[in-house]
Amino acid sequence: MAEEFVTIEINDQPIQARKGAMLIEVADDNGITIPRFCYHKKLSVAANCRMCLVEMEKSWKAIPACATPVNAGMKFWTRSEKARNAQKAIMEFLLINHPLDCPICDQGGECELQDVSVGYGSNKSQYAEIKRVVLDKDIGPLIETEMTRCIQCTRCVRFGDEIAGMREMGGVGRGDRLEIGTYIEKSLKSELSGNVIDLCPVGALTAKPSRYKARAWEMQSHDSIAPHDCVGSNLHVHTFQKEVVRAVPRDNEAINECWISDRDRFSYQGIRSADRITKPQIKRDGHWYDATWQQALDATAEILRAADPVRTGALANATSTLEELYLFQRLMRGLNIRNIDHRLRQTDFSDQDAAPICPSLGMPIEQLEQQNAVFLVGSNARQEQPLLNHRLRKAALKGAQVMALNPRAFDFNYDVAQQAVAPAEMLQALQAIANDPDNGVMAALQQAEHATVLLGNVATQHPDFAALRAVAYTIAQQTGATFGYLAESANSVGAWVTGVVPHRLSAGRELKQPGVPVSEFLNDKTRTFVLLNTELADFANPQQAMQALSAAANVIVIAPFADETTRKYATVLLPGSTFAETSGTFCNVAGQWQSFKGAAKLPDEARPTWKILRVLGNTAGVPEFDWVATEEIVAELHLELDGVESCNNTYNADGRMQYAPTEEGRGVLHTPSSNHFQRIGDVEMYRVDPLVRRAKALQAMIPPAAVHLNPQDAANMGVAAGDALKVSQGAVVITLPAQLDAGIPVGCAGVQSGIEISSVLGAAFGTLQITKAGE
Amino acid sequence: MTEQPITMLKRKSALLSHHEREDIDSWLKRYPEDKKQSALLAALRAVMHEDHYLSREKMDAVADYLGLPEIAVYEVASFYSMYEMDAKAAAKYSISVCTNVSCMLCGSDGILEHIEGKLGIKLGEATPDGKFFLKVEEECLAACSSAPMMQVNHVYHTHLTPEKVDEILDGLE
Repeated sequence: MAEEFVTIEINDQPIQARKGAMLIEVADDNGITIPRFCYHKKLSVAANCRMCLVEMEKSWKAIPACATPVNAGMKFWTRSEKARNAQKAIMEFLLINHPLDCPICDQGGECELQDVSVGYGSNKSQYAEIKRVVLDKDIGPLIETEMTRCIQCTRCVRFGDEIAGMREMGGVGRGDRLEIGTYIEKSLKSELSGNVIDLCPVGALTAKPSRYKARAWEMQSHDSIAPHDCVGSNLHVHTFQKEVVRAVPRDNEAINECWISDRDRFSYQGIRSADRITKPQIKRDGHWYDATWQQALDATAEILRAADPVRTGALANATSTLEELYLFQRLMRGLNIRNIDHRLRQTDFSDQDAAPICPSLGMPIEQLEQQNAVFLVGSNARQEQPLLNHRLRKAALKGAQVMALNPRAFDFNYDVAQQAVAPAEMLQALQAIANDPDNGVMAALQQAEHATVLLGNVATQHPDFAALRAVAYTIAQQTGATFGYLAESANSVGAWVTGVVPHRLSAGRELKQPGVPVSEFLNDKTRTFVLLNTELADFANPQQAMQALSAAANVIVIAPFADETTRKYATVLLPGSTFAETSGTFCNVAGQWQSFKGAAKLPDEARPTWKILRVLGNTAGVPEFDWVATEEIVAELHLELDGVESCNNTYNADGRMQYAPTEEGRGVLHTPSSNHFQRIGDVEMYRVDPLVRRAKALQAMIPPAAVHLNPQDAANMGVAAGDALKVSQGAVVITLPAQLDAGIPVGCAGVQSGIEISSVLGAAFGTLQITKAGE
Repeated sequence: MTEQPITMLKRKSALLSHHEREDIDSWLKRYPEDKKQSALLAALRAVMHEDHYLSREKMDAVADYLGLPEIAVYEVASFYSMYEMDAKAAAKYSISVCTNVSCMLCGSDGILEHIEGKLGIKLGEATPDGKFFLKVEEECLAACSSAPMMQVNHVYHTHLTPEKVDEILDGLE
């Protein structure tokens, strides 16, 4: 249906506007300011604050601009006497119960109520009676409440309903006793909850971790990019005395709209964690000694030059910047070290030669919401990529059919036709779908105008990854759906593009003498390891990683952090930077390269990681290692990529689709005797990378560790919820409480990866032996 | 294999009694499938009828039964004065004495005082045996022409005198 445009007048100026658009939208588009509190462009119209009253021709009373659709010939005045009087009166009403505590309010200085009050209110109030007081609510470790300040605009309530997809806040009570809250005291659980802080036009909801840290006008704002998921949400990082005190969203309609996930908002807290390395350190005879940079770099170069390349392994975390990753592999390859990898949680590499140059969503992020049918294979999108999940939710609300095949029923905030089967049966289940064209999934994908098959993180980490990918790709091909990946980290795409894989150089160029993937060199044969921003909790199998790293003669760690475990196996610590302290680039899953500058000061002697790598290259005598700025590195990579289509997901298996599970997959994935369970080890969302693992407030959001069992299995074992269970994997036994969950397939046990207790466990999708404690 | 009941994963709505479900279902029939929220007022009334107040568990049960966010039930329950959310209000008979203008002019303060004295409780309190609750009534109950008046559960009693009040309250089981 074509949109009809009409001419209206605002403040005696003729303006073209879409018929039926709300006056406030039209005014916003034309740079005419109308004050408002409850109206927000992304939320439904509530019209309950009345701040946007303006004068309309032929109307005796002032009308709310947010709830007035425009039609041809309508005339409005936003600053006429009538409009101003109405605005002034409303402002006075809104301030009746509002406390005068601006000097101690975190919102002070960036408060819509202050601004509008100054611009449109009166300088005195006729109200001399008692103001009401509303008790504060504890709604969790992320959001501080001061509910007396609330003006009941209900933005936070509508946000929960319309954007977060879980209504947690509401208006309780009536009339002058109405209070916004949760009624019962509870933490907000939504992975997007922090956005209510930005939405709140007053100081009722503010960020708890940054409370009282600095006044708004004392902070400096720096453009940045979120360092966790593959969305690359745009951020403003705010610093005070050169330290990051908070992160807020930067509008980018094509990527994160005006939202960010709680992980992106609060992870900055990890930057100055207690185990930050601030000086280069070298371990001698089991003791750590501070070293100068020169000493540390010389020692490192010496170790690397002396190391047998075949028995050396280089591992990088894909949350590193593009520049760091590029220099890392150049440095290693310059020293003839070929065992390079970033796929720390992946276990099946059998089809790596057929893989595209880099994983890609296969479409711009915005287009996710235009899909009519979506099939998720092994994905907990809501935790893995909260803002891609938000786009999928929008599609679902518009009527798209979202389907999923997962090893356990993950929690979605929209309707998903989810099939949960044991990890060992996922491949079979996917094949069954592919082989039956009349199957609901195939039919839905086929019939949809826009359809996509998306491979999630659980699929990537699955022992049958190659076969799952091949079948999923076939399904997409057969139904005409777009095939795409929901990549794991902020820079998984960048890690592929820069060639931090054993079998390819940067820009996907083939290698004559490839190295072996991480699974093949993460063992005691490797004598030297170089770890870039990588620690134990990043591995698919921490047990195996710990053995390999402990057995090595030298482990060089280039990272901002080193915890006790790292200090056990490391021999050299080179203190690097977090995303906020270096210039760099992240490539998101839609192929957008987003560069950012350093915002905060590095602690003590820590240095930008890319510079450490650069100088290390010089020290080790690697030729042509002379970049002076990160921009040069990106430019070089662009040159290498010239003409290479990097966002092409074609799965190049020479027509031979190998559906058979790999030996490795079969070894791990079988259901043996009783009291053995298949582990479902998806990664807890606030434990995915070193930075977020150190963010205190987010850590408090993690539910207590537990073994999730199907109620039937629990009943067979005589186990009730909360009972202590002995869980063993390999030689390790831990005790965890049982939690019953009908979404866990029979014979399986959910024990998340990344969480503290699972760092002693083995394979994320391995076998667990579970017995009742005390038996 | 011996039968072992899987009792650990009870739904919250399991708390609703058979009678409450029947009542709610009869209301649900009147509304479209996807508009279950329409039956919320009636569902809460059904619970009030059995329990004389809305416990948090029962509100959650209603939310689960109607497929609503729990907070949506709390909002409605806290909005309407006909619902009680405090266990202290859970008496068999809830008495509301109107003390608004018309009733006040016709002596409602005396009526209230009489009831307080008779039952030995103050406004907002229940008798220890859980028989009577004296509700704080804020608004006019719309029976000005027959003032003074009180409401006992669903029934209006008008043209009250202390004697008439005694008769009414003594007649209640």
